[in-house]
Amino acid sequence: MNAREEILHRVRTALADRPAPPPVVRDYHQAGSRSVDVDVFAERVADYRATVHRCGASAVRERVSQILQERSIDEIVVPVGFPADWTPTVRITHEPVSVEQLDRVSAVLTTCSLGIEQTGTIVLDAGPGQGPRVLTLVPDYHLVVVREEQVVAAVPDAVADLDPTRPLTWISGPSATSDIELRRVEGVHGPRTLDVLLVAP
Amino acid sequence: MTTFLGMPTASPTTHLRTGESFPDAARTGLADSQQRHNLQVATTTIRDKRARVVAELDDWEQLRAAGAAIKDATLAELPDHLERFEAAVTARGGTVHWARDGDEANAIVTRLIQATGETDVVKVKSMATEEIGLNEALADAGITATETDLAELIVQLGNDRPSHILVPAIHRNRSEIREIFRDHMEDVDPGLTNDPEELAGAARLHLRRRFLSAKVAVSGANFGVAESGTLCVVESEGNGRMCLTLPRTLITVMGIEKLVPTWRDLEVFLQLLPRSSTGERMNPYTSMWTGATEGQDFHVVLLDNGRTATLADPNGRSALRCIRCSACLNVCPVYERAGGHAYGSVYPGPIGAVLSPQLTGVKDNPSLPFASSLCGACYDVCPVAIDIPTMLVHLRAEVVAAKREEHRVPTAEAASMTAAAWTMSSRRRWTAALRSLSLGRVARRMPALPPPLSSWARSRDLPDMPRETLRDWWVREGGDAAPDSAATPTPPSPSSAPSAPSAPSSSASSASEEDGR
Repeated sequence: MNAREEILHRVRTALADRPAPPPVVRDYHQAGSRSVDVDVFAERVADYRATVHRCGASAVRERVSQILQERSIDEIVVPVGFPADWTPTVRITHEPVSVEQLDRVSAVLTTCSLGIEQTGTIVLDAGPGQGPRVLTLVPDYHLVVVREEQVVAAVPDAVADLDPTRPLTWISGPSATSDIELRRVEGVHGPRTLDVLLVAP
Repeated sequence: MTTFLGMPTASPTTHLRTGESFPDAARTGLADSQQRHNLQVATTTIRDKRARVVAELDDWEQLRAAGAAIKDATLAELPDHLERFEAAVTARGGTVHWARDGDEANAIVTRLIQATGETDVVKVKSMATEEIGLNEALADAGITATETDLAELIVQLGNDRPSHILVPAIHRNRSEIREIFRDHMEDVDPGLTNDPEELAGAARLHLRRRFLSAKVAVSGANFGVAESGTLCVVESEGNGRMCLTLPRTLITVMGIEKLVPTWRDLEVFLQLLPRSSTGERMNPYTSMWTGATEGQDFHVVLLDNGRTATLADPNGRSALRCIRCSACLNVCPVYERAGGHAYGSVYPGPIGAVLSPQLTGVKDNPSLPFASSLCGACYDVCPVAIDIPTMLVHLRAEVVAAKREEHRVPTAEAASMTAAAWTMSSRRRWTAALRSLSLGRVARRMPALPPPLSSWARSRDLPDMPRETLRDWWVREGGDAAPDSAATPTPPSPSSAPSAPSAPSSSASSASEEDGR
């Protein structure tokens, strides 16, 4: 027997008492059972020490430019598919970008797939305007634009909306660690600064 | 190749035991007052954080029950889920390998790395690779594995052993970590302070070049989804994302119990795990990928290493529900005092006390099921409701049975238990024994006993026996007969009740003051 056959055989032998699979009762709050409060989303994102900015749909480009100016960022990576009318007035590095370029430019501007109110999480799925996973990882600064209608209530709503075959990155605040005395410290390997622009419809 | 016919057996090739018994190893941990202080500070912090974020969810108990049921259902039909997972990963361009034990998994990973021609790999913290001693096996093959999780890096640089599932360097405080970095990190700023942000910054600098140039990464996985072949890594620092994203070749080692049947099932575990683990609503980063992603060469190694042996015990298999959150360690009074090294396994604490002996077989880990006061705090916080106290009692019975099988002459413990059973099974013998003990009232400290009883006696105190037994008092106070034979016992008259038991109760309280030293 090869390892595969032997392990499968061991598993079947171990289950010789034929335990019945218990019914999975899903009486927790399921997808679609709760309404969304974008203010709570904004609060919870900020709880992770990300900075939340808000603006109306027509003011995105202006607001993005202003945020970057306040951060003294004059060059930023923008992935394919990022809305042209949101693109700021600073110097733009377009894809394809090498890892070395990402490390040098060290700032990236993206859209996202969705936001989760209950946990203050933002999910990227490498869709238009989000780029491959490395794009939002190597730069030390990440500005992500979230439209309010992209915010869902809780984790079950997010799981229902997402496609598992896409590469997914769930982001809850900037990079952090609890490895020293179990206290949270922001800023290890991922972006140390996370700005979120929440856009009203 | 051996052909397997009988029940699955546990595997010996592991970092699941050191050979030292828990009581001996705990003595070292207890004597380390710095470590005890560090653990007390850290576990108190995390306990409070966890309690706060768990209280935020009004459906926590429903999520917990669903988590337990999903894991049990997965285990009950594990062969189907393994085959579906394999088919889904293969269909998306990944390669699935199977490893019966740690040696086989190490050999597979070594071979895959050698095929790339690389001699340096980066690693995401992974309990499975810790369990099988992958780093040592790679070193033997001339491959350098760099741990990239901050706590794992602290352990690796300090040539130390992990002592916690989530935070392997929990036994170190910030000043000790600064010393380790100063002594062992070649590119460190000598002026480094013990400020946690500075320490994290030093790790960032130290690992940055390694990440950007790495060609091969090795990871574990928190979950594997059978229906889609999706893998999930839950982390905080971004080192996981670095390892999963940048290298050309990604090798993931995952225990066979890590599967969940459907994508939807993650809606439960992604709520249970972060809140139980770091006490956050959500951990900073979670990565999910399916098969070969963004041009990578992707391999997954499915590991048995004693898991099928654990599955074979209907009273022990629910230990395989464990999602490695470490909430049980953080609430355990034994863990907090003895520290993780005392358990001699990469899985310490309450879950380690049930999981390690099952993975190795109780004969190889006979002291761990006794490393608990059975207080039950671990069961209360477990996000997948593993009844650890009941399982510990079950495993204690297994240890006793295994010893009985080994020793044809009964052990001293077995002989004294037999004698106790003989005495206690007769009222006449029991009453006589109690009287003789009360008359003795010899010593509060256990007398020095000859081996092997000495090892039992040295960690125990003998309570003072009362001057009068309850039965004698009952009869003296005019009870009809001994209480155990009376259908409806008549209470003693109220006037005499308060004064009569004064002798026994005062002697009991003086004994407890002595014990409280």
